[in-house]
Amino acid sequence: MKVTFPHMGNQYVATKILLEELGVDIVVPAECNQEALNIGTQHSPESICLPLKVNIGNYMKGFKEGADTIVLTGSCGPCRFGYYSILQKEILKDMGYDDIKVILLDPPQGDYKNFIDSVTELAQTKNPYKILRALKKAIQILYEVDALEEATHYKRPRQKQKGLVDRYYDQFHKDVRKVYGYKETSRVIEKARQDILNIEEEPNREILKIGIIGEIYTVIEPFVNLNIEKKLGDMGIEVHRSLKISHWLTEHLFLSPLNLTMEGKTRKAAEPYIKTMIGGHARETVGHGVRYAQEGFDGIIQIYPFTCMPEIVAQSILPKVETDYNTPYLCLIVDEMTGEAGFNTRIEAFTDLLQRRKELRHNEKLLSGN
Amino acid sequence: MTIKIGIPRGLWVYDYYPLWKTFYEALGAEVILSNPTNKSILDQGVKNTVDEACLPVKIFNGHVLDLKDKVDYIFVPKIMSVYRKEYICPKFCGLPEMVKHSIPDLPPMIDTEINFNRSRKHLMRTVYEFGSYVTTNKKQIKKAYEEALQEYEKFKKQLKQGALPLDGIVKPYVITDSQEQKEIKKSGNAKRIAIMGHSYNLYDTYGSMNLVKKLQDQNIEIITAEMIDYKVINQYAETLEKKMFWSFGRKLLGTAMYLAVEKNVDGIIYLSSFGCGIDSIIEDLFERKIRKEGGIPFLLITVDEHTGEAGVNTRLEAFMDMIDWRKRDEGNLSAHG
Repeated sequence: MKVTFPHMGNQYVATKILLEELGVDIVVPAECNQEALNIGTQHSPESICLPLKVNIGNYMKGFKEGADTIVLTGSCGPCRFGYYSILQKEILKDMGYDDIKVILLDPPQGDYKNFIDSVTELAQTKNPYKILRALKKAIQILYEVDALEEATHYKRPRQKQKGLVDRYYDQFHKDVRKVYGYKETSRVIEKARQDILNIEEEPNREILKIGIIGEIYTVIEPFVNLNIEKKLGDMGIEVHRSLKISHWLTEHLFLSPLNLTMEGKTRKAAEPYIKTMIGGHARETVGHGVRYAQEGFDGIIQIYPFTCMPEIVAQSILPKVETDYNTPYLCLIVDEMTGEAGFNTRIEAFTDLLQRRKELRHNEKLLSGN
Repeated sequence: MTIKIGIPRGLWVYDYYPLWKTFYEALGAEVILSNPTNKSILDQGVKNTVDEACLPVKIFNGHVLDLKDKVDYIFVPKIMSVYRKEYICPKFCGLPEMVKHSIPDLPPMIDTEINFNRSRKHLMRTVYEFGSYVTTNKKQIKKAYEEALQEYEKFKKQLKQGALPLDGIVKPYVITDSQEQKEIKKSGNAKRIAIMGHSYNLYDTYGSMNLVKKLQDQNIEIITAEMIDYKVINQYAETLEKKMFWSFGRKLLGTAMYLAVEKNVDGIIYLSSFGCGIDSIIEDLFERKIRKEGGIPFLLITVDEHTGEAGVNTRLEAFMDMIDWRKRDEGNLSAHG
């Protein structure tokens, strides 16, 4: 059995560790790129959301390198993601991959037997101690890579010499594919983080802050959001990203089946606008938007894949948040047709607006003499 | 003064209108249904909804606007789930919020939550909440609810017999018509076509560009998912590898499997609206089952506010011609059209 899996931002580092620590043979697919998207677009239903299309492309890369099994997570509605596994199997069958094994890790929803069966099948061991130890290490890695990303968000707008952050960060992605197991990987992550934190800062730069909200896959996967974090960072903007995989995993795999949740504050913030869970992350999207606005961020950007149902609901509500809190809001929708030039123009126009607002506010303060 | 409750003629109206109308009328309220969808309702809806919303949601907002100044309350329940461990569509779940934030200055909304995802234990509490907009008398509400249920059962029976809730209203089904149709069928000339899709797409005559009527005018016998025994649909749907968690999706996929096995139709037309998240999966799986396992001719029509009727007509004609040839040549032509 040789296992591959779809990409979602830096999740691959943790999945790699999980499987390596279990001794499972794996293929880490190449990073998401145009080729993967093209393959996926060609074979997927036209109006399905973008993540599925990219997933298909990822698998193909994995198969090319000898993988014969896919592992993926799922959900049980109401978002489309819950039926990805079934549709992907059909697509792969039509592409001639009849004998690919799919291991699906659905949230247990009370049915822990099925879940545990899938886990033991993947782990090739029934020893719960071994599985839990590997899982613990993988989650540890998730938190570590998320911390690394946070460092890039902080440093990019402040670095004296532009491009240094990305040099270290790109190097990290290359290095991490070469090392094996938790210990080495953790060391590589920490080194990259230290390197980035040590970059010299330009002290007098005016930093704007933008909160990024929206659908988790498009927010997290840099290829599909056209590297928005890097783009904003290079424009001198500190980015705060509402969703992190580490939080998502803890939330969905452990807390929500037990009816616990970390998202209390966010839900509370969303309450005046949307009261119930409607699938996907619509409530969190609105909630995070409100929180960013309350915390005085200069702007909010929502990103989601074209036709994403929960996010359309959020999009209908966010203009109200924008006026209520007087915080500019921009909605970016991505799919395989998104052109980078148009995307850039909109981001630039938005940041110009934020810049201008900030200047105006400063000038008013000066004039009023306070 | 009687309370006026406005029910927008969109989305779930095609499935539940008799239930709600009877309920509120039994309580003494006046129920006002918005006008059938027309150009101005659609245009207003498009103007007051985010571009990315699907056609039925835009149409729904148009209907809300149509009622805005005529009623005391607008009926937009928050329908999350009508069966255990099933959902409708995320947009339905967030519909009251979407409407509220898209259209300014609305009369108060009846946005009680209907959620049977876990159980129906609190069904009566939900019913009382719906009734509380008109009266506080629980006994009266219960009685009205029972009356409404009866009406609803009658409505479902009519659908099963072949009546179509065009624009939300069922016209009593005339038996002589069906006999006539059956005779035509025997003579071998008539076609039997299954039309599939969400009820709010199929039965909205304006939004669907009169698809049903167009077929009826050609003396084509029409089958819809509502006419098939729900137990049968469920039996088929249960054989799916993973539980289908959308109620609409479950109905459609179960029907696809049923039709693929029974092969009792000459063709299938699937009407979808552009950007429908559920259909992007359901329609695809539906089509795979019908083409591969059923070998039945299949036509997908996707509509949105930009769709031109002439193009739809052309495609329909071509599809019908193909079925005619196929019938004449005893099915020797490819099912892939």
